[in-house]
Amino acid sequence: MRVVIAEDLALLREGLTQLLQAHDFTVVAALDNGPDLHTALTEHKPDVAVVDVRLPPTFTDEGLQAAIAARTQIPGLPILVLSQHVEQLYARELLSDDTGGVGYLLKDRVFDIGQFIEAVRRVAAGGTAMDPAVISQLLARQDQSGPLAQLTPREREVLAEMAEGRSNSAIAGRLYITEKAVSKHINNIFTKLDLPPSSDDSRRVLAVLAYLNGQ
Amino acid sequence: MATAPHRRAGRLTTLAYLFLLLSQNIAALLLLPLIIISAILTLAWIGLPFVILTGTLLRTLADSQRRTLARLLPKAPHPSAYRPIPPAGITRRSATIITDPTTWKDILWLISGAANIALLAIPATPLLHGTYQLLFSLGLTSPTLYGTYTPTTTLHQLLILAPSAILLTLGCLLLPPATNLYLRFNHLLLSPSEKARLTARVAHLATSRANTIDTQTDEIRRIERDLHDGAQARLVALGMNLGMAEHIVEQDPRAARAMLTQARETTRHALTELRDLVRGIQPPVLVERGLHGAVHALALTHNLPITVTIDLHGRPADPVESAAYFAIAELLTNTAKHAHATHAWVHINHGRNRLVTTVTDNGTGGADPTPGSGLTGIHRRLDAFDGTMNITSPPGGPTIVTLEIPCALSSPKTLPSSEKA
Repeated sequence: MRVVIAEDLALLREGLTQLLQAHDFTVVAALDNGPDLHTALTEHKPDVAVVDVRLPPTFTDEGLQAAIAARTQIPGLPILVLSQHVEQLYARELLSDDTGGVGYLLKDRVFDIGQFIEAVRRVAAGGTAMDPAVISQLLARQDQSGPLAQLTPREREVLAEMAEGRSNSAIAGRLYITEKAVSKHINNIFTKLDLPPSSDDSRRVLAVLAYLNGQ
Repeated sequence: MATAPHRRAGRLTTLAYLFLLLSQNIAALLLLPLIIISAILTLAWIGLPFVILTGTLLRTLADSQRRTLARLLPKAPHPSAYRPIPPAGITRRSATIITDPTTWKDILWLISGAANIALLAIPATPLLHGTYQLLFSLGLTSPTLYGTYTPTTTLHQLLILAPSAILLTLGCLLLPPATNLYLRFNHLLLSPSEKARLTARVAHLATSRANTIDTQTDEIRRIERDLHDGAQARLVALGMNLGMAEHIVEQDPRAARAMLTQARETTRHALTELRDLVRGIQPPVLVERGLHGAVHALALTHNLPITVTIDLHGRPADPVESAAYFAIAELLTNTAKHAHATHAWVHINHGRNRLVTTVTDNGTGGADPTPGSGLTGIHRRLDAFDGTMNITSPPGGPTIVTLEIPCALSSPKTLPSSEKA
């Protein structure tokens, strides 16, 4: 799988490169600034890109801007954005084109290598990978009122896992329940939130995220 | 622009102000003997507390007159330019009052109170008499005019209308020139001299600078403590974990693995603490997106629904953005904690070289800027920029807080991309 990496700290860039190469990714470009990233994304059209939000020359949200710009040129271009902090605002912007193939994770998540690689693969496959911090903020915000209050604690757990982008089998594994139980919970959630049922995993996640975002 | 309503309101408004000015001058005349008494008592030291009392009363009264004048003459401001009274010490406080030249100008104003009242009486007397006669002829007062004359027929009674009309017209004609003269005379008496204005300004700057330094020192101390007890301690623990793991990795790989897992957790905690600390110093989203993006981001994570409207063509300087951001964040936190509101609004624009922010909520009101509350913290922060905070929060709500910070806007470097969000 071909991957583009953009990270301005050499240490982290090398680390990410080694990590991904060790898991059968081919790193076609590893860059340290925004303008180069934009060119690399549009020229290489990688299977997935791992991008830091803050990049030179402006040291603002150069990486995020380049990612969003590339995705308007090449809809659905899979990009996983990494950051030292998560903002609902950025999550919303990444999700707004509604095509999937996006991820937004804290850099800390790289510590858990298994899960990180799984997230990269998921994004490459057109799915989503949202940081648990983003999802818990969204859930907390909608908590006081509305249909979310009707969910059972277990359904809330399943909803959070699903919103992060996990598949039914992954949710089942993490919550120690059967896949059948997971799909039952998901059906209940969709009924309670009044969302249209969907068999396509990534469509389903996008619907849930859009719901949580209040869009 | 600002004077237009005054002109249009015309004579009626001037009339209302005429009576306000009269009452202020009567109060001034009443205060004069008190001041004389305290001056005499001062000769025998026991008058000093009275000096503080009467001095403060004098400042309040003169300032209320200044505010009234400022309403009537919007183009010629009358800032009050007193030396601040020190918080303690009878001698020091009274000395400040006595040596402040503005006090002496104020006393001159008090003494000219009689002349002021006479001046105001020129239009007031015919107006009052005319009104009295008008009421009399309509049969609304006692049946005798001035206690001497009792008309016998209705015609006689109505005849009084003629002098009444003359007097009222005269009063109306005299009103504008008399008030104009009054305004000029009192402007002369009450507007501070350039020296007094500058002295007051320097005193204010010294106070706000001291406050700014205090706030910064507290802030740095807090950061030091957080780093020392938090991230720094965790890194020590992390190093220990790694060292121990290295030491036992060959004899006991299982225990070494557990230690490495623990080391990873410690790293995660340290990062979380550093992240929170950074957010408190300068939120990354403010660096990345400016005030526009940061306030939108704040609204998205807030528990209440918040409507944000921002109308800025360019960006304020970084310190101003930061001060405005933290003030808004603090106000919204207060709203969530105390106001029992269901919705809040943040509006930011720029005009007359000021960044103007209003934070409104539909809660129960009663916000009180008591010392030690978050509101005084905001006030101190804004003071460093000559900014102001105004709170309107009647019991029952709504609460409207207006922040103004003098600043210029830089030309827009990058257009905010969050427009499409």
